[in-house]
Amino acid sequence: MNDTKLNTGIGELFMSPNADEMRGFLRNKKKQMKNKLTTVAEAIDTYVNDGDYLAIGGFGGVRIPTALIHEIIRKEKKNLGFAGHVSTHDCQLLSAGKSFNRCDAAYIVGLEARGLSKNSRRMFESGNVKVTEWSNGALSWRFKAAAMGLPYLPSRVMLGTDTFKHSAAKEVECPFTGQKLAALPALYPDVAILHVHRADVYGNCQIDGILVADDDIAKASKRVIVTTEKIISNEEIRREPGKTVIPYWCVDAVIEMPFGSYPGNMPGEYFSDEEHLKDWLVAEKDEMQLEEFVGHHILSSKDFYEYLEKNGGMNKMKQLMQAEHLY
Amino acid sequence: METTYNPMELMITVAARNLEDGAMVVVGTGVPVAAAMLAQMTQSPNLTIMFEAGGIAPLLPTMPISVGDSRTTHKGLKATSMAEIMELCQAGVVDYCFLGGAQIDKYGNLNSTMIGDDYNKPKTRFPGSGGANDLASLCWRTMVVTPQNQKRFANKVDFITTPGFLEGGTSRVEAGLPANTGPYKVITDIGVYGYHEESKAMMLLSLHPGKTLEDVKANAEFDIIIPENYETTVEPSAEELRILREKVDPSGVIIGRG
Repeated sequence: MNDTKLNTGIGELFMSPNADEMRGFLRNKKKQMKNKLTTVAEAIDTYVNDGDYLAIGGFGGVRIPTALIHEIIRKEKKNLGFAGHVSTHDCQLLSAGKSFNRCDAAYIVGLEARGLSKNSRRMFESGNVKVTEWSNGALSWRFKAAAMGLPYLPSRVMLGTDTFKHSAAKEVECPFTGQKLAALPALYPDVAILHVHRADVYGNCQIDGILVADDDIAKASKRVIVTTEKIISNEEIRREPGKTVIPYWCVDAVIEMPFGSYPGNMPGEYFSDEEHLKDWLVAEKDEMQLEEFVGHHILSSKDFYEYLEKNGGMNKMKQLMQAEHLY
Repeated sequence: METTYNPMELMITVAARNLEDGAMVVVGTGVPVAAAMLAQMTQSPNLTIMFEAGGIAPLLPTMPISVGDSRTTHKGLKATSMAEIMELCQAGVVDYCFLGGAQIDKYGNLNSTMIGDDYNKPKTRFPGSGGANDLASLCWRTMVVTPQNQKRFANKVDFITTPGFLEGGTSRVEAGLPANTGPYKVITDIGVYGYHEESKAMMLLSLHPGKTLEDVKANAEFDIIIPENYETTVEPSAEELRILREKVDPSGVIIGRG
C-alpha cells in the first residue's frame, strides 16, 4: 500500500471511547429483574444530570420520547451534550430549552421535508455550542462499537471530506489489506431516552418497524429511560423472546406513556401531527413568540397529558391513528 | 391530460428513467423518492427502494415526509436499523443513492453543512451530512437532482459534506473511498450532466428542450465540459406525467413547486 499520511479529524471527542470503563460500570450495575415503573418527572430527576451526554432514540420525528424531552426542558437541565443522530423535532425541543452546549452532529437543525428550524439554527449559529461533525452512518456505528464493547469500529465513510476533518475520527491502515479506513470512536452516552411500542415493568422492550439505532444505544448508554405506548406482562415478553430488542438489564426506568411520540409518528399506531409541527416552525421565526409558544405547550403543562389535551386530546389522537392507517 | 410540464416534473421524469428494473436505490424525501416511485410505476416494477432509517422495499402508498416515517415500511420486505442499511451499502449491494439539492462543485462534491468561512461561527448552519456522506461514499453510483444556478453550482463549496470526486482524477480512490464508486449523474432544470472519464469534471450529457448552451454556462460558476456530441432530453410522455400527477404526487407537494 502507499505511504500517504494518515489524517486525524480536528473535532473534539466529547466522550471517552475506552471500553474498559464501560465494562467496569456494567460489572457493578445491579441486574436484578425488578419493577422499574416510575413517572416521567421522577425518572428525569433521578437519571439526568446537568452536563450529562444524552442520546435520544427514534428518528427525529419518528418514535421519539417527547414526554421525557419536555421534562428535561421543564426541569431546566443545562449544558448537556447530545448525539445529533437525525435530530429534528428533538433538536428543536432541546434548542428551545437551551439545554445543551455540545453536539456530535450528523443531522441537526432541519426537519427533513418540512424545512429548517429557525431557532435550532440560532442556537448553532450563536458560536456557543461546540460541534463535532459526523455522518448518520458514523454515529450509528459509534453506538454499535460501544454496544459491541469495542473502543472503535473501522469504516469506509467520511474519508476525504470536511465532514471527516471536523470529526474526531482517525484514518487507520487496515492491518490485513493495507487499505485506508476511518476509525470511528465508540460512543458511550451517560444517559439515553427512548420510546418503544411495548415493554414489561422490568424493561424488556419490543419495537415495531424500524429500529434506527435504539438497540445499540440502549447497550451503549450507562443509564436508560424508556417510555412505552403500553405496558405488557412478562408472560407476553416470554411468549416471543425473539421480539425483545432491548433487554431488561439495559433499562433503569420504565414509564407507560400512550401517544408518547406525539407530535412525532409512531409506526403502526399514529402518524405525525404535521399541523402542530408547522406551528412550531412558525413560532420559531420570532424569539418572543417562541417563548410564549413553549410556555403554553411545555412549561405551563403539568404533564404530557395536559400537552396532548392542549393539542386536541383524544379527538386529535384518533385522527392521527386514522392517518397512520391511511383511512 | 395537460402535456405541458414544469421543470420539476421534467427533472423527476428524467431521474426516474435512470433507475433500471432490478436496481437497488437508497432515496431521500422530496424529488428522489418521487423519482423512485415513478420509476417503480413505469419501467422498473422491481426497483428496490430503501431508506437510510431502515425501511426496505416498501410499496409506497404516498410520499413519505421523513425517511423514517411509517410509509417507508408500508407493505415492505424488511424494517431494520440505520446501521444495517449503511452496512448493505458498504458491502456493495446498493446500486444507487439519490441525493437532493445542495451546493455542488465541478467534481460533484456536495455541501449541506454550512455557509461561511468560519466553521465555529457559521453564517448559515444547515443539517449536515445526515446519511448523504455515507451513501455517496458507499453506493456504486450517486445521482443528484437540483435546480441549477450560479449559487448552487459553486466554484468551491464552503464545506465538503459529501464526497464527489474530491479534487478530480484519482483523488477519490486515494482518499480511501471504495473503488469504482462516485458521482454518476446530475439532473437539473437545464440539462443532465455526467463526469469526464479521466479528469472527473462535470460534463454535459443532454440539454433539456428549449434550453441553450448559454443557459448551461450562465448558471454555473465553474466551466462545464461541453462535448462535441450531446443529446436533447426526451420530454416526459403523457403517461409519465399522468402517473406522476395522479399517483406519485396527487397533492402537488413536490411538482407544485414548479
